[in-house]
Amino acid sequence: MSAAIELTGITKRFPGVVANDDVNLTVEQGEIHAICGENGAGKSTLMKILYGMQGADEGTMKINGEVVDFTSPTDAIDCGIGMVHQHFMLADQLTVLENVILGAEPTLTGGRLDFKKAETHLREVADEYGLTVDVHQMIETLEVGERQRVEIIKVLYRGAEILILDEPTAVLVPQEVEALFENMRELKASGTTILFIDHKLDEVLKISDSITVLRHGKTVASLKNEGVTAHELAELMVGSELPTPATTSSTVTDEVALRLSGVTVLNEANRPVASNINLAIRKGEIVGIAGVEGNGQGDLVDAIIGTTQISSGTIELLGNDITYESVRKRREAGVAYVPEDRQHEGLLLSSPLWENAALGHQTQAPFGSNWWLNRDGARRQTEAIRQQFDVRTPNIDVAAHALSGGNQQKLIIGRELTSNPDVLIAAHPTRGIDVGAQAAVWDDIRAARRNGLATLLISADLDELIGLSDTIVVILRGEFVATLSPDEVTPRDLGAYMTGAALQNGGVA
Amino acid sequence: MRTYALSLAAPVGAFVLTVIVSTLALLAFGSNPVEAYGDMLSHASKLETQVDILNRATPFYLSAVAAAIGFRMNLFNIGVEGQYLVAFLFAAQIGGLISLPQVLHILVIMLVAMAVGSLYAGLAGILKTARGVNEVISTIMLNSIAVGGLLAWLQQEWQAEQGEAFTSTTLGTNPIDESGLFPTINGLLEIFTRDIGQGKQLTGMLLIAILVGVLYNLLLNRTRFGFDLRASGINPFAARAGGIPPKRMVLAAMMLSGAVAGLIGVVELADRGKFPPDPIQGLGFQGIAVALLGRNNPGGMAFAALLFAFLDVSSGVLDSTGAASREIAVIMQGVVLLTAVVAYGVANRLRERDEASEAAEALLAEREVVPA
Repeated sequence: MSAAIELTGITKRFPGVVANDDVNLTVEQGEIHAICGENGAGKSTLMKILYGMQGADEGTMKINGEVVDFTSPTDAIDCGIGMVHQHFMLADQLTVLENVILGAEPTLTGGRLDFKKAETHLREVADEYGLTVDVHQMIETLEVGERQRVEIIKVLYRGAEILILDEPTAVLVPQEVEALFENMRELKASGTTILFIDHKLDEVLKISDSITVLRHGKTVASLKNEGVTAHELAELMVGSELPTPATTSSTVTDEVALRLSGVTVLNEANRPVASNINLAIRKGEIVGIAGVEGNGQGDLVDAIIGTTQISSGTIELLGNDITYESVRKRREAGVAYVPEDRQHEGLLLSSPLWENAALGHQTQAPFGSNWWLNRDGARRQTEAIRQQFDVRTPNIDVAAHALSGGNQQKLIIGRELTSNPDVLIAAHPTRGIDVGAQAAVWDDIRAARRNGLATLLISADLDELIGLSDTIVVILRGEFVATLSPDEVTPRDLGAYMTGAALQNGGVA
Repeated sequence: MRTYALSLAAPVGAFVLTVIVSTLALLAFGSNPVEAYGDMLSHASKLETQVDILNRATPFYLSAVAAAIGFRMNLFNIGVEGQYLVAFLFAAQIGGLISLPQVLHILVIMLVAMAVGSLYAGLAGILKTARGVNEVISTIMLNSIAVGGLLAWLQQEWQAEQGEAFTSTTLGTNPIDESGLFPTINGLLEIFTRDIGQGKQLTGMLLIAILVGVLYNLLLNRTRFGFDLRASGINPFAARAGGIPPKRMVLAAMMLSGAVAGLIGVVELADRGKFPPDPIQGLGFQGIAVALLGRNNPGGMAFAALLFAFLDVSSGVLDSTGAASREIAVIMQGVVLLTAVVAYGVANRLRERDEASEAAEALLAEREVVPA
């Protein structure tokens, strides 16, 4: 039997970058095949080519032994390929059934929708692959893991036999990952071929039959998952020793830099999204907040930065009450901020780098004063940030959008740390950046910690959280439910706390 | 090098397209394009016509700067129209009631106009910051309130005392003393040229418009406020996280825009000497077009204001020569605006792509030097 997917010599060039350089990939029928590599290694481009979203410049694609040439995803779907994107494409206000049939609706005469037929077919598909869903539930009421299952069903409903999953575990907590893997095994048992992208190596080793590693757009290895270790895989991905987030000896002092007392934040509907939060971060200390996204950590960050007003409680910076101060006053007083979404809240994408470096510090030397913007000072400082934080750019006059994600992040980290802050609020500081940049960011935060910076770290990367933090607090539905020591906790335990499972069972052993 | 070529290509491309389209339009109406363009250019080559063009470009430019201040922070002040009309009326009425030494008189009138324009625009700012009303809606409505309500009512209230002879020339507010009229600057131009004939007067507000352009440039690029303004326009969320107070910026930008709009009233007042029953309308909307064409750039808007004024004024001659209908100017203004927006859009995209590949190349080059 011929291979399900056979890609030979795939090359794709973008202006100035070769995203895929002579990539070869063979996926056998009915196997789970993992593709791993750093961000920017060319995984997504390869998947886009395979799914017909982009055309390759060179190379041939064979699906089930036949040479194909996709010009759109429709061609790929016709060939039995289905893709589940990292960001779900579901309509919140529609039911599971409506979402699944959207775009492939069976109709009766006169164009009326044949819901009965649709539901029957959906149930057949769900039963065949052992995927359980309530077809009449509204998407907005579903958990992330369930939404993902709906996405998978949607693809199978359209007759997909080859499934592409783009970083499926990125949005899931460990328990949901287990459920996903269980589903994947059932799919495999029913004869589906699965191609999945991931860079969490333990997951790759756990679920896949074969692994292809990409680095800098090239295939560096294609191997069976037999006797391979995570360490070997990591070295293949990075091409060198893998950096770890672990901090060295404690630098925690006795002086409290940031203190939150009884802080409660209400949303527009007057519901508490963070209730009665008490937190003290000392100089030289990193406090990590673990929590499933949307449990109030974002609102807490906004409250500390000052973009959200708190309804009760106080916030103190070095003993000074800043509860009612403006964002600008807080920043001038020494609060630095690395936002969760750098493009949304951190950068002026169409502005030159030196203006981006000035943002948030434009009222202070060397960037400016209350009245004037100091262009020369700002440029000098940006040049210094570029060198010290290794921002790879042709010059400081290019617009921020021209930089890669990792370099954008290094610029932001540099901008926030060179202002010598007392407190750093770092929300997902290494999200979506490659391993090299990630290591640089960790180093920067560790160096600042040694110099007495008090850091609040929010991260979905539990290894990062455990590795960097001096203390970890778990937030669940707007409340701190546990304080843990990173020395004694595993990502699995943390996951249990984050979902509340550990609390119901009376804690983890 | 390529970057410069690109920034030149856009206006040149827009110009060529405009000429092609208007030539086709002229041909379609059975006019001779060569004759029509020839008449317009020869008319514009006269000194007196040039004075007219400058007089027309002055309010266009002020109006464009007023609109651009808002545009730079994604705030669409469509209300320049209403703001300058209300400012014109108040400045005329107050200027007509007082008599002061010249410099002081003019200064008071200018301050009144700017304050009134600023406050009227501020209403839209307050509506937006306090109640979240979109400024496009509120300024459009404030325009209607200004023209249909305030002006209609106050024009009657403030109608100058009628003497024995009630004629159309006595309608309007009390005429302002000579001391309150911004002086004309024929002398300044005549240093370089022959004497200006036909009783044409070059408005002194031209100098104020140039000053406003210089200050606008300084404000945007050199001041902290200007940086805050631009940052808020490019990414309001990043601006807020960077400590820029969003509401205060909306109000400040709106009021600043209105203050500049108020100066248009001073230009008109200097020309008419009072608030007439038939004040010129539509300058606010022309300003939006000029700002768009000039890309909110002080120099670009000056060029655009001159171009629009040239088309307006020089097309006037077509009626008398009969080479074409003067409405061809309106077509050309519309077409140049459309083509410019498209051409700049394309040039921008090309430049962004260039920048991205340049940055990527820098990264690749570095990788080759230091192999991982």
